[in-house]
Amino acid sequence: MPLQKCKYHLYLVAFVSPKEFEYHAPAELQEAFSLLKEHGDNAKILAGGQSLIPLLKSRIFSVPHLVDIGRIRGLKNVVENGSEIRIGALVTISDLEANNEIRTRFQAISDAAGLIGDPLVRNRGTIGGNISHGDPSNDMPAAMVALKARFKLSSQQGERIVDAGEFFIDTLQTDVREGEILTEIIVPEPRNRSGSAYMKLKKTAGDFCVAGVAVSVSLDQHGGLSGLNVAITAAGPRVIEVKGLEEKVTGKKLNEELSAIISTEVVNASEPAEDFYGTVEYKRKVIGLLTGDCLELAVERAKEGAKR
Amino acid sequence: MRIRITVNGNQEEMDVEPRELLADVLRNRLDLKGTRIGCDTSNCGACTVLIDGKAVKSCTMLAVQADGHDVMTVEGLSDGEKLHPIQEAFVQKHGMQCGYCTSGMLMTAYWLLSRNKDPDDGEIRKFFSGNLCRCTGYQDIIDSVKYASELMQPQEEKLIAKEH
Ligand SMILES: Cc1cc2nc3c(=O)[nH]c(=O)nc-3n(C[C@H](O)[C@H](O)[C@H](O)COP(=O)(O)OP(=O)(O)OC[C@H]3O[C@@H](n4cnc5c(N)ncnc54)[C@H](O)[C@@H]3O)c2cc1C
Ligand code: FES
Ligand code: FES
Repeated sequence: MPLQKCKYHLYLVAFVSPKEFEYHAPAELQEAFSLLKEHGDNAKILAGGQSLIPLLKSRIFSVPHLVDIGRIRGLKNVVENGSEIRIGALVTISDLEANNEIRTRFQAISDAAGLIGDPLVRNRGTIGGNISHGDPSNDMPAAMVALKARFKLSSQQGERIVDAGEFFIDTLQTDVREGEILTEIIVPEPRNRSGSAYMKLKKTAGDFCVAGVAVSVSLDQHGGLSGLNVAITAAGPRVIEVKGLEEKVTGKKLNEELSAIISTEVVNASEPAEDFYGTVEYKRKVIGLLTGDCLELAVERAKEGAKR
Repeated sequence: MRIRITVNGNQEEMDVEPRELLADVLRNRLDLKGTRIGCDTSNCGACTVLIDGKAVKSCTMLAVQADGHDVMTVEGLSDGEKLHPIQEAFVQKHGMQCGYCTSGMLMTAYWLLSRNKDPDDGEIRKFFSGNLCRCTGYQDIIDSVKYASELMQPQEEKLIAKEH
């Protein structure tokens, strides 16, 4: 079965032990690149394993070689330099959640981290894995798109940088090419008077969401909106970036009326499908309501930020 | 593949297949049957153990990934016949009924209390959102964790967080 189709079948199968594979645990990036090159299509990267191991156990998916990047040094740092924050691909979701710089200035990342799975999953899951998995239900992609993050993809050939908005292609399909490893997530420092937020609706504790919304806003000196990015989780084959919002809101203050206009735009950009989590109509309602709440919180945070 | 792991303070060296899960290796190769397998689909937390001091689901980790790391299972809690205060608290406050989820609950409690000696209800609920219990309705588990935190106050030096 193609990997893209695996996701919704996970609910239907029994789990056993994974099929046999060869395990490689390189200590250096260069070694990992050679292994990926050597085994090509027959190799898959393993990070925290919180998405991949359940898939392997289901036997819906199997692969002859696993390249565990978990022992590679230098991919676990968070470095800030005034103009951007650089997050290593192996930083765990728990560490993101606990990071104070992220909590105060990149709030959507912090919010998303705190809502992913449960604390035990977050202790092993990594930011790189959450992004590279390409699951439209993963929470980190929406925060990345709303905050205009860029991803560093490294390989034997060198490095290239891809915008979050261009990275997600289809369900379980991203722009990570054969031989490449996502090594770093680069998030630009928000302007003054900026704030962001991420919210999702879950049916049960620890679950994926019905839908999720990430918002990042900037305000001008008079408190009007000067920037607005919105992205939606679980509302299509990949994370959805809502385009063309900025020109509609520039200079206007957020009030009920504007919030309703923005929510309608966001709902119209979404493409949810009916599944286990609800009908299309229900999901569109959820997305609208989440957008309103998330906007309000992001603007509140932008105002707080202005006071600091 | 040959791996070396420290389990409850003991150095263990053994050959495993790369596809073997840590939960199975602990139970079947090391005969540490305290770690339970409940759902085997990463949802219930019955298989919770500590890796380098942090609680994780051992059914969702390959044993080879634990190579070189420090593992603590429920068997590592008591000191011989003497129960750990967290175990004592679960007994006193009826933090279990059938007991299937209990090893996982105890390990998550250990992790939480190593980070915060005096957690409030909200924090306990948050930390336990990956551990399911079909019997207790959770309130007795929360009470047990709070009581454990009380029992542990005077001997807090016992609990030096092993995170690194
Ligand atoms: C019970 C449970 C609940 C969950 N709930 C949520 C949830 O609510 N929200 C959510 O977002 N996620 C959820 N998850 C999924 C999980 O949190 C993430 O998918 C996880 O963070 C992925 O990271 P990982 O390091 O474990 O990736 P892995 O499972 O190791 O890898 C995932 C995929 O990414 C690839 N990959 C990993 N790292 C890299 C890299 N650096 N470069 C290139 N490719 C790479 C792998 O080849 C694989 O295809 C849940 C998981 C479980 C088990
Ligand atoms: S057995 Fe591991 S989470 Fe249920
Ligand atoms: S005591 Fe029975 S599942 Fe928790």
